Amino acid sequence: MISLAGRDILHAWGKFIFTGVGLGLLIGVTLTMAGVYRGMVDDGRVLLDNSGADLWVVQRDTLGPYAESSSIPDDLWRSIRTMPGVAQAANVTYLTMQVGRGEAEPGGARVDVRAMVVGIAAGGPGTPGWPPQLAAGRQITRGHYEAVADLASGLRLGEVVKIRRNHYTVVGLTRRMVSASGDPMIFIPLKDAQEAQFLKDNDAVLMQRRRSEANPAFNRPGVPGLLDAVIAAQTSNPSVNAVLVRIRPGYGVEEVAEPIRRWQRVTVYGRAQMEEILVGKLIATSAKQIAMFLVILAAVSAAIVAFIIYTLTMDKIREIAVLKLIGTRNRTIAAMILQQALVLGVIGFVVGKIAATFAAPLFPKYVLLVPIDSIIGFCVVLAICVLSSIVSIRLALAVDPAAAIGG
Amino acid sequence: MKLPGLKRRTLALLAVLLPLLLLFIYVALRSGPLAPVAVTVVMVESKPVAPALAGIGTVQARFTYKIGPTFAGRLKHLDVHVGDAVKAGQVLGEIDPVDLDDRIVAQQAALKAAEAVLRQAEARQSFAQTQAGRWEQLRVARVASEELVAMKRQEHAVADAALAAARDDTVRLRAELAALRTQRGNLRLIAPVDGLVASRDADPGTTVVAGQAVVEVIDPASLWVDARFDQISAEGLAAGLPAQLVLRSRHSQPLAGRVLRIEPRADAITEETVAKIVFDAPPSPLPPLGELAEITVQLSPLPAAPTIPNAALRVVDGRRGVWKVVDGDLAFAPVSLGRSDLDGRVQVVEGLAAGERIVVYSEKALGAGSRIRVVERLPGVAP
Repeated sequence: MISLAGRDILHAWGKFIFTGVGLGLLIGVTLTMAGVYRGMVDDGRVLLDNSGADLWVVQRDTLGPYAESSSIPDDLWRSIRTMPGVAQAANVTYLTMQVGRGEAEPGGARVDVRAMVVGIAAGGPGTPGWPPQLAAGRQITRGHYEAVADLASGLRLGEVVKIRRNHYTVVGLTRRMVSASGDPMIFIPLKDAQEAQFLKDNDAVLMQRRRSEANPAFNRPGVPGLLDAVIAAQTSNPSVNAVLVRIRPGYGVEEVAEPIRRWQRVTVYGRAQMEEILVGKLIATSAKQIAMFLVILAAVSAAIVAFIIYTLTMDKIREIAVLKLIGTRNRTIAAMILQQALVLGVIGFVVGKIAATFAAPLFPKYVLLVPIDSIIGFCVVLAICVLSSIVSIRLALAVDPAAAIGG
Repeated sequence: MKLPGLKRRTLALLAVLLPLLLLFIYVALRSGPLAPVAVTVVMVESKPVAPALAGIGTVQARFTYKIGPTFAGRLKHLDVHVGDAVKAGQVLGEIDPVDLDDRIVAQQAALKAAEAVLRQAEARQSFAQTQAGRWEQLRVARVASEELVAMKRQEHAVADAALAAARDDTVRLRAELAALRTQRGNLRLIAPVDGLVASRDADPGTTVVAGQAVVEVIDPASLWVDARFDQISAEGLAAGLPAQLVLRSRHSQPLAGRVLRIEPRADAITEETVAKIVFDAPPSPLPPLGELAEITVQLSPLPAAPTIPNAALRVVDGRRGVWKVVDGDLAFAPVSLGRSDLDGRVQVVEGLAAGERIVVYSEKALGAGSRIRVVERLPGVAP
């Protein structure tokens, strides 16, 4: 038996393929959009994975350290370290800021890159907060003025970056170490980061000093040394954003978190809660935005597929009338249109998937294409094709065989 | 040979669809979670490492002399400025003596008056002594009454006492004068040693309280660096070790020095060990006090042991180790680490042998079941 659909496709294959490719690009955009959403969620997940922590100890009643600012004393980790079930506890600071690259060129503006500066506690690779793996270079070995940067920042090994007023040499590079908003991370030693978080530029420091000097309460002639003490107190920062805790094997998350919450008077989040905060709160609005866009794209795609199949059917309405005239069964005609719609859908999906895969790395933020999205996408495309072909089938079946002969 | 129209069309269609299908299969397998993870692999080598410690510190003077008055007063004059070299004993300035000079004059006059009183007492005493001697002889000759002799003796004793009192009074007044003179001298600000004026905190006319520093003199030959090392990476720090100092303003010229001592008291708040580093030769020109210096203390090299780059270390299930590559498959090997150097090489005490192949860099976190693709360098990393 000859396939009517196949013969018809072969008859005008160029047009068919081009229509398929066009549809494919549209599907590609839809898949990419889904990838953008997945990428946002993944940015949050890798942030949690890369911290290497099981528990996050933050300032009481805050959603820190990623979603809200949180500040706790930097010696709190010692008391947490002694709580039952705690295997490791390490201070960490996070600060999203502009980081200067190299020296300003003569006559040119300094190039800077937006990055999340992470202050990691001393203790060698494997300490919570440290980058879990590198793409090049080495981990930090000196206690000051070394940095490990993410590849997304565009920095290279050996380059010098300026954070506040100190210069850091990039000694290592990471891959996919980003903040929840997709900014590349730059890891620097904790003590430097505490300073960076607190210290402004030199001008701001000077102004602060001048302000303290002008304050008669701090600058009293009868009390020499008071001003120095005040300034020293103003320029030291004994706080961090969070303590990352790794749990001893055999202990449950709540089992460890509850005593810390109760006795240290701080807020403690587990991995699941942290993910809920990041995905459910931090990127909720952007996610809804993307979802809205995805729905519109899907509706537009469905409309276009329906329109294409309708046009394709209208083009051969005469031939269908002839088929009817020679006594072809309705089922055969319906099958032809349905098969064509499905083939169109398959070509569109294949082209779309390829286009999305090649386009994904070009996006400035991470685009993650997951197989389950592709499979769902494939099913949805086929469903849309089937649904939109129904209109055309109804039209084809309603055609009067006499139209084959008549005007 | 001419192909039938239909067949040609089929071929053309296949020519478009087949590459598309192949591309699709490639895309499905080479991207996303099904793709193998690119890794770089290195051989564990047995090498000696030379551990070193890195710290930062500030340039400080070992001896700082804060010179100021011991009484509250007003600064009369100050002759030195910041940067001036001073000699030991040099008068740097003076506090306004107010009425001290007048009091010295008054004291001198009082002393003179006391000396006159002393001379008077001496005259009285010698007369009383003579009188007493004479009356004693008359009593022996029985021409004077006993009562009169007793009176003369008493007069002599009184004159003796008056003389002693007058003498002590002059001693007191002389001591008071000396005290005033010392106080007067104390108002002068005098350099205790040869040195350099580091700061001038008050100008003439300023009222200063007792103990407030007016001038700070440092001994330029005694510059050292107050260095801080994180306690966790201060293992092996000891007095006498050679150190390399890099001043922030001269980062291309490292200076040689050595560890003078480790402070017995560490900083408990910042979790740092504090040490003093001295320069082998005094740097010239003199670095400003408070300048930041980076210090590298070189320890003696350790014997050869299996050595790995620190980038190879991973944490799996709370254990620190490395991924070994055995016949193209991954196996996690927990390791215990020895010392490391500043270039990121770590010695392995246990868990690895030289010659084993381990993963250094990886695109993403690895698992025991990960498929790997060994590459020269990871994609996206510039050579």
